[in-house]
Amino acid sequence: MSMLHGIAASSGIVLAKAYRLIEPDLSFEKRQVEDTEKEIERFQRALAISKDELEAIREKAKVDLGEDKAAIFEAHLLVLSDPELISPIEEKVKTEQVNAEQALKETADMFITMFEQMDNDYMKERAADIRDVTKRVLAHLLGVQMVNPSMISEEVIIVAEDLTPSDTAQLNREFVKGFITDIGGRTSHSAIMARSMEIPAVVGTKTVTEEVQDGDFLIVDGLKGEVHINPTDEKIAFYKEEQIRYEEQKAEWAKLVNEKTVTADGEHVELAANIGTPDDLTGVKNNGGEAVGLYRTEFLYMGRDQLPTEEEQFEAYKAVLEGMDGKAVVVRTLDIGGDKELPYLDLPNEMNPFLGFRAIRLCLEEQDIFRVQLRALLRASVYGNLKIMFPMIATLAEFRRAKAILEQEKELLVSAGTAVSDDIEVGIMVEIPSTAVLADQFAKEVDFFSIGTNDLIQYTMAADRMNEQVSYLYQPYNPAILRLVKMVIDASHREGKWTGMCGEMAGDELAIPLLLGLGLDEFSMSATSILQARSQIRGLSKQDMVELAEKALEMGTAEEVVAEVKRVTEAK
Amino acid sequence: MVEKKFTIIDKVGLHARPASALVQVAGQFTSDVQLEYNGKSVNLKSIMGVMSLGVGQDAEITIRTEGDDEQEALDKLEETLNKEGLAE
Repeated sequence: MSMLHGIAASSGIVLAKAYRLIEPDLSFEKRQVEDTEKEIERFQRALAISKDELEAIREKAKVDLGEDKAAIFEAHLLVLSDPELISPIEEKVKTEQVNAEQALKETADMFITMFEQMDNDYMKERAADIRDVTKRVLAHLLGVQMVNPSMISEEVIIVAEDLTPSDTAQLNREFVKGFITDIGGRTSHSAIMARSMEIPAVVGTKTVTEEVQDGDFLIVDGLKGEVHINPTDEKIAFYKEEQIRYEEQKAEWAKLVNEKTVTADGEHVELAANIGTPDDLTGVKNNGGEAVGLYRTEFLYMGRDQLPTEEEQFEAYKAVLEGMDGKAVVVRTLDIGGDKELPYLDLPNEMNPFLGFRAIRLCLEEQDIFRVQLRALLRASVYGNLKIMFPMIATLAEFRRAKAILEQEKELLVSAGTAVSDDIEVGIMVEIPSTAVLADQFAKEVDFFSIGTNDLIQYTMAADRMNEQVSYLYQPYNPAILRLVKMVIDASHREGKWTGMCGEMAGDELAIPLLLGLGLDEFSMSATSILQARSQIRGLSKQDMVELAEKALEMGTAEEVVAEVKRVTEAK
Repeated sequence: MVEKKFTIIDKVGLHARPASALVQVAGQFTSDVQLEYNGKSVNLKSIMGVMSLGVGQDAEITIRTEGDDEQEALDKLEETLNKEGLAE
């Protein structure tokens, strides 16, 4: 047995077999073949096996993931049946007497290049389809096993270098019980997904893909950030007990589901949930969320080959608003770009995607996309308590433009006789230091702020949160960050507005005392963190936390702040 | 040989899903099926051929079938275009 350390990204303990989500080695050499007939037969066999496999995957995906997600495999099957792709490959084997691998690669590459160069949003996606199916046929030619995550049919722990949104979209939640990755941190996609799926995850282990083989028995300790590979029976018994203990702790917190979030000295704050899809509402309710503080609408746009229609969006927004039954729902408009790509939008690759064309910057430019979303939101507004939030606002001008577009769409709808709610609050994410610094000016025009700490920290510290070598600079407790947070909260309160926080920091045990002391009104976090946070806040005195926060603001380093938080809270 | 002109009404043009439906329908017939747009003609039984045309909204397309079941093929393709809300 051996053990690996990583970052505890999603709490809980799980024991299951490993499933390596890793691309096989598909390298080969160009060869001359004598018997081209036989080579073509070999190619056709690989093709037939690939088709059978894809058909099975498509059928399973239909049942497990729905028609929508299965459509991608339909497209793959069509590519494999395409006479314009298949005949040139066979032709090449025959005339050039090369091996099928080489003929396949050359032909597919020609199409991929052709599609990628086309000036059409959907072409990049088609290029990806060809690349995917080529890999599958190549794997069968080479006799290596492809990974087919959508075919998983027993409980497993996913082991991967990293997980992209399109990987996780294909995972069956019934069988995937945990994640372990080589790279990433608490705020990477894999970590966020694990928390939303309520499964344990350890990320950033650096070497898990090297050390774990398919079928190895694993223990994921998402509380301590540990992974045990092929553990002893004693260890298994120990962790089964730990698992029970954790479940009991969770049951204890569960008693607070219907309780208000009040401090020991009677101050109320709101604990809200971050969600990605209407399906996440079950988790919000089970965990006693008082609102939705962040609805990430980009999941509506991901894992598909075209933009969602106004109707699809309307249905999703309506479902969330109705599901929350009059409680506030803060919807963030499309936040794409950075680490979240949409292949069908065909956005240019950037040197610094986090500093580039993303979120509101993209929406103000691509107004067709933005306006469809706003119309869907406005139409849904009558079904609940909707608040609209624009991401990545850097200047007042951006906010004014976005709001003007919203107002235009509202007028158009109203004059066409469509019902639209009259009291939709319109706010912004505070992620960019310029906006935090100028919060007093913004506060005059916005209805609320929501601080996005993941980005605010990376922009303030100038440290890419995807880069592990600078991960030490991800310092939520740095007094510089705390001062920015304070500026935003104070500015909103002076104008009678409110400030929430929807980054990871809002659910962090060490940050909560500080944020409470700084006067934060709403804490929005993964649904699974809510009860723990409520339990913690009920034990804290607001007055004491105000004093703690004042002290922290005058400190020089994050380490001092952490020590002080521990000293004050553990003394209780 | 029979042929018919259509105008694409879908906002994003002839994109992946409806294109797949068309290709699948075309594949059911023995006739040669061609799709013409902007002076270029491709095999409508080939998904990559169809996608490579980059047919957008308001595009005028011509579908041409030739063979034993040409009329049946053309009718079925027209039906699919209508059903998918792609063209008129």
